[in-house]
Amino acid sequence: MYQYTNFDRQFIAARNTQFRQQVARRIDGSLTEEEFRPLRLMNGVYLQLHAYMLRVAIPYGTLSSAQMRQLAIIADKWDKGYGHFTTRQNIQFNWPRLIDVPDILDALAEVDLHAIQTSGNTIRNITSDHFAGATSDEVEDPRIISEIIRQWSTDHPEFQFLPRKFKIAVTGCATDRAVIKAHDIGLQATRRDGVIGYQVFVGGGLGRTPVIGKLLCDFLPKQDLLPYLESILSVYNTSGRRDNKYKARIKILVNALGIDNFRDQVEARFSSIRKTFASPDGSFIDNITSQFSPPDFTDRSVSPFEESYQTNPMFKQWVDRNTAQHKHEDYRIVTVSLKEPGQTPGDATSEQMQVLADLAESFSFDELRISHEQNIVLPHVHKADLPLLYNTLKKHRLATANIGLISDIIACPGMDYCSLATARSIPVAKEISTHFDENNMEQDTGEVKIKVSGCINACGHHHVAHIGVLGLNRAGVENYQITLGGDATENTAIGDRAGPGFSQSEVVPAIERILGTYHKLRHDAEESFINTYKRVGITPFKSALYPAAKQSR
Amino acid sequence: MSIIVTDNGFSIDDREGSTCSPEALPPSSESQTVCLQSEDDPSVLADSLDRLTLIKVNFSSFSDGRGFTIARQLRSMGYKGRLRATGYIISDQYTMIRRSGFCEVEISNELAERQPQHQWMFRADWQQNDYQRRLGRINFNY
Repeated sequence: MYQYTNFDRQFIAARNTQFRQQVARRIDGSLTEEEFRPLRLMNGVYLQLHAYMLRVAIPYGTLSSAQMRQLAIIADKWDKGYGHFTTRQNIQFNWPRLIDVPDILDALAEVDLHAIQTSGNTIRNITSDHFAGATSDEVEDPRIISEIIRQWSTDHPEFQFLPRKFKIAVTGCATDRAVIKAHDIGLQATRRDGVIGYQVFVGGGLGRTPVIGKLLCDFLPKQDLLPYLESILSVYNTSGRRDNKYKARIKILVNALGIDNFRDQVEARFSSIRKTFASPDGSFIDNITSQFSPPDFTDRSVSPFEESYQTNPMFKQWVDRNTAQHKHEDYRIVTVSLKEPGQTPGDATSEQMQVLADLAESFSFDELRISHEQNIVLPHVHKADLPLLYNTLKKHRLATANIGLISDIIACPGMDYCSLATARSIPVAKEISTHFDENNMEQDTGEVKIKVSGCINACGHHHVAHIGVLGLNRAGVENYQITLGGDATENTAIGDRAGPGFSQSEVVPAIERILGTYHKLRHDAEESFINTYKRVGITPFKSALYPAAKQSR
Repeated sequence: MSIIVTDNGFSIDDREGSTCSPEALPPSSESQTVCLQSEDDPSVLADSLDRLTLIKVNFSSFSDGRGFTIARQLRSMGYKGRLRATGYIISDQYTMIRRSGFCEVEISNELAERQPQHQWMFRADWQQNDYQRRLGRINFNY
């Protein structure tokens, strides 16, 4: 993974000094509250419902063991002993005091971490495929250009006061695990005539106006990447709406202009902007590239694995569910579930973080990933190590075998933490996971993606869920709308709204009726929920959700 | 009278006199000063750049970043003259101002009192810690 240079370290140190001074200048009155606000936001500090929240960037989801240990230490020292991993591959600390934040930032800098541009109207943390560098079908490790884009976007002088936030996601292969078409810019590495370039999608996003990203450029040559990105941002900075924050994202501009007109404007600006970029030193890019070379995989017998797999059904179930094919046949990609039924999705205690750091050090070349699905990935685990890994995870309540199943729910923080939320989402996610775990429906149902958002801003990604739950406030009462048939893969789809919403206590029964309908209609256990839905459409699910008597009212 | 901020600190504005909008620019005349607003398209000045001695770009609010892109566009169009940011800009933005191609900032006396010279000078090391320049993005410094 990328190792910080002296330049990176000096940058972070200077930035932290600036922020410490900004906090002091807010207190002495040099900065007004209005002026301080964007400055604290671009350093990751939010004011939430009950307290400040610090959002720490985990660039493209990659962490070292030392970094994970430091997050655990911070959780113990300045927070309540836990952290919350988010859908944007960040970690949030929910209870820091503003006065402590400069010290926390210095502690992060000790392990080359920061909270820069995790909030505010700037280019946010670059997100990517959590299986990067471990999956077999990659054109290129997406973390290489993610790191280059991280550097380019960090403290970019033109783009710190954009109309609105701006999110870029990158995938290195055709299989999309980064939901790139739900981002302001999505990039996919592709090969043409043996040369690597990028497909560029623009104007995707969730929120109150869900839009699937549109193809802006079919093949962007590698050397044009930064000037082209700068051209897109330049057009957006000039023409994105600033009169209404709900219409300020680039998707609204792209829809208003039409993709062809938008492309013309980008191309026009690109013709001048490309001249303002000199080719960076080749060794500079080579150096970044080489830091993502694959680790030295070892040849060892996998017999300890085979034996446990044959004799321990719990282990087998976990392997089948939580590990994925690795590009090296003796290795597996392990996903550690942060979704134990009844727990808050994405939360990890400091003790769990320490355990995961140790396991990554022993079994995964010192590397961890945070997935946008709020789980933790150990990307390179030799099969022979899986039994010991599993037993250790089990001791720390981290061996839940539910990846992709009902209880592997994405949920935003909702009204338990967030000042924007209109309803609670964590309790709903807990109720769903607990219920379907207890009635043993989960394994038989197979893959179904449930995602819960506590307001229309859709941080829980409900639009792209197979079953999406959106919490609203109807005359002072929480009310949950259900959407069906969304898809967060390369076949990106926005879910269809099923009908009127449900009270909190009706959500679990409603999902039970949806899943019951699926069980009745599926050809066999091989036909997944989403495939069944795509075949039969929404009608039978609607009939189950809203029996005739209620519908005719 | 307003205060001008450069890398050397505060000074008094030495450019009294009239400033016009791009539409009001006389067809051909001696040196001129033009002021662009955030919504103006700098390309309207393409044919006049040689005879402009000062271009001001007005920031109606520090949180509206359009002026940074206008400065960058003027520089990439070849303008090599004096480029000044005016309006509402805070000292924390000085680095962005300089890296976008501005030479100087014009601030009100009120802001100069609240954010005195040393707070601006703290950010005058704008040539340090520049990620974009490492990646080949050229800074236009005149």
